[in-house]
Amino acid sequence: MSLSLEEVRRVASLARLRLSAEEERLFQGQLSAILDHVKQLEALDVSAVEPMTHALAQGEVGALRPDEPAPSLDPELALAAAPAREGTAFQVPRIIE
Amino acid sequence: MQEAAAALDDRTVSSLELTQAALARVAETDGRLGAFLAVTPERALDAARASDARRARGDARGPLDGVPVALKDIFLTQGVPTTAGSRILEGYVPPYDATVVERLQAAGAVSLGKLNMDEFAMGSSNENSAYKPCHNPWDLARTPGGSSGGSAAAVAARQVFGTLGTDTGGSIREPAAFCGVVGVKPTYGRVSRFGVIAFASSLDQPGPFGKTVADAALLLGAVAGHDPRDATSSTRPVDDYLAGLEGGAAGLRVGVPREWFQEGLEPGVERAVRGALAAYERLGAKLVEVSLPHAKYAVAAYYLIAPAEASSNLARYDGVRYGLRAKASALKEMYAETREQGFGPEPKRRIMLGTYALSAGYYDAYYLRAQKVRTLIRRDFDEAFARCDVVAGPVTPTAAFRLGEKVDDPLQMYLADIYTIPCNLAALPGLSLPCGLHEGQGLPVGLQLVGRPFDEATLLRAARALEREQGPLPAPAGV
Repeated sequence: MSLSLEEVRRVASLARLRLSAEEERLFQGQLSAILDHVKQLEALDVSAVEPMTHALAQGEVGALRPDEPAPSLDPELALAAAPAREGTAFQVPRIIE
Repeated sequence: MQEAAAALDDRTVSSLELTQAALARVAETDGRLGAFLAVTPERALDAARASDARRARGDARGPLDGVPVALKDIFLTQGVPTTAGSRILEGYVPPYDATVVERLQAAGAVSLGKLNMDEFAMGSSNENSAYKPCHNPWDLARTPGGSSGGSAAAVAARQVFGTLGTDTGGSIREPAAFCGVVGVKPTYGRVSRFGVIAFASSLDQPGPFGKTVADAALLLGAVAGHDPRDATSSTRPVDDYLAGLEGGAAGLRVGVPREWFQEGLEPGVERAVRGALAAYERLGAKLVEVSLPHAKYAVAAYYLIAPAEASSNLARYDGVRYGLRAKASALKEMYAETREQGFGPEPKRRIMLGTYALSAGYYDAYYLRAQKVRTLIRRDFDEAFARCDVVAGPVTPTAAFRLGEKVDDPLQMYLADIYTIPCNLAALPGLSLPCGLHEGQGLPVGLQLVGRPFDEATLLRAARALEREQGPLPAPAGV
């Protein structure tokens, strides 16, 4: 199976990745090879199989925790690693053109 | 580690002396080895002094108190930079500790710093670290394995007594095998993932590395158990892993999957693994042939499921709240530019693959199908465990390969995990134990044991029986 350059660009855009022209070509080849390998799954009849949607068996996880208020991370700590902040908010570049 | 604990107890050595010696060993060896991304000597020495003070007061916290250890750089450590091996988190200092870090500290263990790894735990050779390669202590031209390469190399090179890593598709067991140490990937849900930088949330599990089975058992016991901050953490009580450790292998039913001894398994690895199986028979265990007919599909299913989860988990690295932010005049450009500059090739490749597999029109064909195959792989193991107590086989198709050998061919790199991935997909516990040296290459070979859910105790007991029978490996020659 071969991915087109347009598909590579579309996926990069969905993933919010800016790729160089060189990366686009590299990933086009490598992802095509990986998807070829993955194609072997088509040989299996899975029409009657339930997907494994949870890694832990039912009953392994306790009941949901009680819905009680508890302290959360201090805003100053949460903001300590922010590249830019304004007051108690994360500052970002312009959103609306 | 047990000798260190006994010496600390007898006061023949102090934690300060042990820690100073470990720091000196790191200073002497790590320029060649590259196991550490950050060494934190002042914190370590302070922790060692605090441990000595507790012991002097009669308040020692148990066998880990005062013992030098180190942590894969995927575990959040309050006040200590944590990068996950990525430039996108360069200089990031977390505001809290991972649960496993808290638990090791509560047990009194002394951390020397943060260990090298493949970027975001994506890799099988540690070559995807954005900072530096890590080398195999047995042969510096070879990879220590990955993604927890630093964690395995540090134990093998006698820098520290034990370490923690994480295993998503083999990232504890493969480097343990390549470096000749013991590594345990616990049952999914046995050890908390809180504060562990997420790669693939339905597969990631933290676990220990030790020079011996007892060391790994001790560390596992210290970090395992329910954590209300991890919604997938099991509430089952934790077994006492040391209590039954010397119980031997008599009567144990060892399942040998016929599919794991077919083409692709390098003859030198096969000889060492078969030697271990023969040793089990001598110890009174019974070998039972089992079949894992769907295990051969595991790599394909894994390289849809893990990238799909990774593409979602890595969406958080967008330049807004922490880590790198690229200069840009508008938000969308800032996201794309930050991620272009901050991620290395492997995370980008997996984000692309995962985004593709989850995108409109492909979800059913790829991701959903892979989740169904996951069910088939789990069923294979369930059937095997109706006839045996542990499944035994190779960890890897070859011994440690050379640095640079597979970097240009991602698919070949992915296939290094062909025997480890089924255990992750089935959410089972797995262990890697040295089972001798490769005849031609003189490199360690690992035996993999896979157990029933939450039956780490049987795995450790079985591993200890073989370890006692074989005796220790010689010290690695490379450092």
